[in-house]
Amino acid sequence: MTKIDFMQGNTACAEGALAAGCRFFGGYPITPSTEVAEHMAAKLPKLGGVFIQMEDEIAGIAAVIGASWTGVRAMTATSGPGFSLMMENLGFAVMTETPCVVVNIQRGGPSTGQPTMSAQGDMLQCRFGSHGDYSIIALSPASVQEMYELTVKAFNLADRFRIPVFLMADEIIGHMRERIEIPDTIPAGERKLLEKDTLPYHAGKDLVPGFPQFGKGYGVHVTGLTHDERGYPCTTSPSVHEELVKRLVAKVESARHEIADFRVTNPGAEIIFITYGSPARTVEQLIHDHPDANIGHLRLRMVWPFCENALGEFPDARVFLVPEQNLGQIAREIERHTSVPVVPLPKLGGALHTPAELKAAMEAWR
Amino acid sequence: MTYTDWLREDRLPHIYCAGCGNGTIINCTLNAVDHMGWKKEDTVFVSGIGCSSRAPGYISTDSLHTTHGRALAFATGIKMANPGLHVVIFTGDGDLAAIGGNHFIHACRRNIDLTVICMNNQIYGMTGGQGSPTTPVGALSTTTPYGSREPTFDLCQLASAAGANFVSRWTSYHVKELTRAIHTGLQIPGFSFIEAAVQCPTNYGRRNKFRQVMDQVEYFKTHAILQQKAERLKAEGKSVPENSIVIGDFIRRDRPAMGVKR
Repeated sequence: MTKIDFMQGNTACAEGALAAGCRFFGGYPITPSTEVAEHMAAKLPKLGGVFIQMEDEIAGIAAVIGASWTGVRAMTATSGPGFSLMMENLGFAVMTETPCVVVNIQRGGPSTGQPTMSAQGDMLQCRFGSHGDYSIIALSPASVQEMYELTVKAFNLADRFRIPVFLMADEIIGHMRERIEIPDTIPAGERKLLEKDTLPYHAGKDLVPGFPQFGKGYGVHVTGLTHDERGYPCTTSPSVHEELVKRLVAKVESARHEIADFRVTNPGAEIIFITYGSPARTVEQLIHDHPDANIGHLRLRMVWPFCENALGEFPDARVFLVPEQNLGQIAREIERHTSVPVVPLPKLGGALHTPAELKAAMEAWR
Repeated sequence: MTYTDWLREDRLPHIYCAGCGNGTIINCTLNAVDHMGWKKEDTVFVSGIGCSSRAPGYISTDSLHTTHGRALAFATGIKMANPGLHVVIFTGDGDLAAIGGNHFIHACRRNIDLTVICMNNQIYGMTGGQGSPTTPVGALSTTTPYGSREPTFDLCQLASAAGANFVSRWTSYHVKELTRAIHTGLQIPGFSFIEAAVQCPTNYGRRNKFRQVMDQVEYFKTHAILQQKAERLKAEGKSVPENSIVIGDFIRRDRPAMGVKR
């Protein structure tokens, strides 16, 4: 039976991870994400899992990647400065195709910024922050319920695509407390193991090679260097590098329509809000207070890879209004895919957009 | 044991320069591992970045060639998640003592059940011969063209102070002793640190008056002094000769360890 509870977003994230079978957490304390680590520290040992507080976030994500190679579902949670520190090893996870989940409870930046205040300033960093070309998946929860659900989903996607999957929450969603329904069963996912007598980095049609788990006799070499299908370093062949990097990008981008995850309100509307994370809550309030079939809402639960087809859900759109807790990071991406005017509605400092602010922005397009 | 038992034949020849000491250390390590009777599928080699860190790529077990300085953090994740695996790390002076210094200290403190073999060539070999935290004062490198002026790290003292269960230093000349030390390290639960001084004729030797490969190996032979002898000299109020390489087992203890298979 579904269990009704009342909990904090960060706790719901940890509960989702445990339900998904996560049995390794490596991390470092940082506001406003610490409750995720604290909850994992309390629960994992009782479940036969491992919690380890590392010496910094670089080591945190490194330990997670190492653990993942033993076949365990592994995660870390962090925020701004810690997220920046993880960038190099995240690129390593991409290059070596290591499944892992990285939770970022976003706070105000740059630098130490506003540790206790909400922001969405890392949306481009999660997509592009490590060097080189690559692609990842980023999910963005807008409720405590989604902190749970999307964390589960993150693990399934990480295993399917063998990539780091980011749960890009914000401080408001991480720290809010609200009702949550904890389901009996969750969507299952598994890591496809490498078939014997197959080269470890040989990918089939889905572009994702089978996973040669450590300790299973595969004798696999895993390196962050450009490698051939045997996994061996091959750093000077232009074609090997080009094929590898193109596959790393294509395995995610070619699936973007299939895995797209968004919610549509009033598809016939002309004035459309596009949100992810906590600004969605203000738009929902606005539509609740001013029921109007001409106000639409596209809420992205998956931000990366960006699914441009979602914009087509609103054929009559005259404008896309994009409230974000940054200076227009995703508005910029939306602009690339539409001829409809895109209006960023940035808000910095940590406070949520108010319904009045969004109403005023909307009225200009009436 | 023959080389085909542990090496990937299809990866040979290796990238090491003629006269490099790293092959000797890999050989000693594989002999020690073989002597342990470990199964290949239960053994994992981990490394960071640099000449030493290319070693796992030639070994036919599962191996993880990670980012610069972070090998111990990755290895910690592997070992904690599956204590049934035997995890051995190859690293170098730049990888371990400079960029990876913090991870080194904390892996020693946790006393996690890993064996770390540091090939100390006193230089950044892979990038062409820059000074490292173990480049001796006065030594020439491409970034210390007037002689290094920075005091050096004693990696064994560092590991001892930080809590490792086993700490030992030898050189590429002392292959028997080094193999025995590595074997001891593999047996001991907790963190084992074995430093091996290696010659780097290409990037260290030729700039520092070791014209021939054997000049530097000969230097190791003539300048190595057993730790017990060094202690005795100190006790007698005599000084340990300058430029000595103190060799031997420095620490062997039983601090509580992490990641030990129960």
